[in-house]
Amino acid sequence: MSFMATVRLALDALIRNKVRSLLTMLGIVIGVAAVIVTVAIGSGARTSVTNSINALGSNLIVVQPGSVTQGGARTGFGGASTLTPADGMAMTTLAGVAAVSPLVTVRTQVVSGANNWQTTISGVAPTYTFIKGWPLASGTFFTDEDIASSAKVAVLGQTDVSELFPGGGDPVGQNIIVKGVPFTVIGTLTALGQSSLGTDQDDTILVPYSSAMQRLTGQTTVSQLMVSASSAALVDSVQTEVTQLLEQRHRIVAGQPDDFQVRNLQSIAAAASSTGAVMEFLLAGVAAVSLIVGGIGIMNIMMVSVTERTREIGLRMSLGARGSSILRQFLTESTVLSAVGGIIGVLFGFIGTFVVSMLAKWPTQIPVAWVFLAVGFSALVGIFFGYYPARKAANLNPIDALRFE
Amino acid sequence: MTAVVHIEQLRKVYTIGETQVIALDGVDLTIEPGEFIAIMGPSGSGKSTFMQITGLLDTPTSGRYAFEGKDVANLSADDRADIRSRRLGFVFQSYNLLARTSALENVELPMVYAGVPEVDRKRIALEKLAIVGVSELAQHAPNQMSGGQQQRVAIARSLVNNPGLILADEPTGALDTKTSDDVMSILTRLNDEQGITIMLVTHEPDIALYAKRLVTFRDGKIVSDGPNAHRHEPEKIVA
Repeated sequence: MSFMATVRLALDALIRNKVRSLLTMLGIVIGVAAVIVTVAIGSGARTSVTNSINALGSNLIVVQPGSVTQGGARTGFGGASTLTPADGMAMTTLAGVAAVSPLVTVRTQVVSGANNWQTTISGVAPTYTFIKGWPLASGTFFTDEDIASSAKVAVLGQTDVSELFPGGGDPVGQNIIVKGVPFTVIGTLTALGQSSLGTDQDDTILVPYSSAMQRLTGQTTVSQLMVSASSAALVDSVQTEVTQLLEQRHRIVAGQPDDFQVRNLQSIAAAASSTGAVMEFLLAGVAAVSLIVGGIGIMNIMMVSVTERTREIGLRMSLGARGSSILRQFLTESTVLSAVGGIIGVLFGFIGTFVVSMLAKWPTQIPVAWVFLAVGFSALVGIFFGYYPARKAANLNPIDALRFE
Repeated sequence: MTAVVHIEQLRKVYTIGETQVIALDGVDLTIEPGEFIAIMGPSGSGKSTFMQITGLLDTPTSGRYAFEGKDVANLSADDRADIRSRRLGFVFQSYNLLARTSALENVELPMVYAGVPEVDRKRIALEKLAIVGVSELAQHAPNQMSGGQQQRVAIARSLVNNPGLILADEPTGALDTKTSDDVMSILTRLNDEQGITIMLVTHEPDIALYAKRLVTFRDGKIVSDGPNAHRHEPEKIVA
């Protein structure tokens, strides 16, 4: 008997018992739908976590000075004074670099009228707001001309706004005094809140890096260079280019340790992503258990079906069916049952995923590979759990089967 | 001409627990092409066992059995299935049609196992349904038919692979007298007009009288074998 004839026979038998076939399929339908929905939610969540980590600055590459040894004691990274704004300028010419900003930090007392407050002064470039993705709340940010002229202008974080100007009102246009130098407030930043490390990101005052170096630190070096790659994919190559450029500029010969360190946040993104993948597999594993339960349901019904149709089997044998034809028939029935269940399950999985993303506003993503995996696995379940009943049917003795009441 | 069935010293012994039941005890029988033979006997006489072995549904404990000249006493299950598929037709007491399956599909079933191409199956099935006079029931399921109609469909099914022998096991056992006569008339006509060899197993003497030759079993042995001197003339055939 041909393959198509066998499949047709199986379909006929299943259609003859519509309600029972549907109920039997239900286990597989639910199992496959559960796999699809959980994987879709899991992988959607993973993507969204990755995206938000990227938004936090996974494109960001941080260059710090290296360590130096002073009197036998080694300072940590950042101890050396080797990075200059010129290094940063050189980096802007590299392909894949979107923006560079030096960072010079000074922790000091700031005075405004009768109020004073200790805070961190950050000397940065105008590109800083772009690199950090940090918009202004009011006023303007300083420009390249302000850098060139080492202008005495400042942009305040919200914490400093409330501490230095407690009476309310717009601080823009007012003066603050830092280490005896008056700075004019030209803008304020939006509130960022706490960082993931628990520090108050709003407790900062931004000034042009040139002003910070000349008027506050008196040094020619910076504490950090912040480099933003054009895309997350370019981070690794940009990191390599930056390293090579600095080695060249700092005349570091091969074999000597670098006097700087280049880091990025990709490892954090990778960790978050792999955590998501583990969760996804866990959920899919739970869903797969329901597939196996569905398979046992199929075996149960096929056993009932074989017993119930013993006379039919005897008849088919007396009409010339070989044992192998009977085996194929029942095996095909259970496989068709579970495969059709799998396909219906995929449909329900798509619907379920859609409903979840609509109602819970949860990002979802259906991975195509999992769809094929789920349907293929459910068909395998049908073959595996259908084999025993089919075998039982094929081994029936035609006379006993015909006489069966 | 090769005998359809040639059986010598056929024995069949069943072991049930520790007791041995001798169902057939040295049976000799030859059926020539075109015969219409009735196997009679009370229940337990061995006639059903004889039919099952003749129909290659079972194997004998010992003895020789040649079907159409071929030794079939010790064939494998698959080989017996193939002979059943191509050379034998069965008609059962309880019709044994597949439920919720049209008469046409029921009649096509043996051809599916014999590997007849799909295009030929429908044509042959309709042809045979016409021979037994139930063409108009082709699309009906068994539960939409009377017992007599179902048995006609079953006869049509037994005909589709042009069998060398039709085995009819109590074909009228579930039918009333009138319908029994109709069914027997069809079998008689198939034998008379198309020369199809038929072996009828029955315990009803009235029904056996349609056959040309009467064989009686008792206690696993043949106790009488001879031509039927009082053959029924078929009633008018209800088509």
